Amino acid sequence: MTTSTIILGVCLGLVAGVMSGLLGVGGGILFVPLLVALGLGQVEAAATSLLAIIPTAAVGAMRQSRYGNLRVRPALVIGVASIVGVEVGVRIATSVPEHVLRRLFGVLLIAVAVQVAWRARASKESYPRPK
Amino acid sequence: MRLVAIGLVAGLFSALFGVGGGIVIVPLLIGMAAFGTREATATSLGAIVVTASAGVALYSLHGKVDPGYAALVGVPAMAGALLGTAAQQRISTRDLTLAFSLFLAGVGVWLLVG
Repeated sequence: MTTSTIILGVCLGLVAGVMSGLLGVGGGILFVPLLVALGLGQVEAAATSLLAIIPTAAVGAMRQSRYGNLRVRPALVIGVASIVGVEVGVRIATSVPEHVLRRLFGVLLIAVAVQVAWRARASKESYPRPK
Repeated sequence: MRLVAIGLVAGLFSALFGVGGGIVIVPLLIGMAAFGTREATATSLGAIVVTASAGVALYSLHGKVDPGYAALVGVPAMAGALLGTAAQQRISTRDLTLAFSLFLAGVGVWLLVG
């Protein structure tokens, strides 16, 4: 890792975090293109993004459980069942060509962009109203 | 049974794309399991911890996880997320959200054609 990679990584990581907190999108959708921009391959970026997500999700889950919003049993059922899906996903990701995966991720990003815009349009009352 | 199905889909999605899976878990919990928005978001965060850990473990076997890069973007992002969540209460996010959505779409096109 060069010094400029480190500086770029820290700055863009901070911006990605602010955006995900501000807009309620997960970190992964931002980490993957960021890691690709920093020079990782698509599969390395996906794998590394998953590691970067864990602490943020864990802190978020703990905070939400204090508000009583976290339903532990369903979370565990989904989590444990997901391991089978993960196993299949890892197999697919490590066997298809990277450019296919990269294009699929591009499609996913565009879909998320549309969803985010839709949500923003729907919430017209987001300005704090003057009294 | 529905939760198991949600987990399977979320796991596949998460591993393929390197995302937590919240994009699929939250709408499925609301639509298929009658969860409220807050409960769905919170419960999805809990599930993601397990899903992402499984992904890291399996990808590590293939030598695809780079802890240095994960820390490089993950640690500043945690600080940023705290700032972002606090700022959300105070500022209007609508125009920013629309601008950001355009940016996301732009990155998507770059990945698609680049």
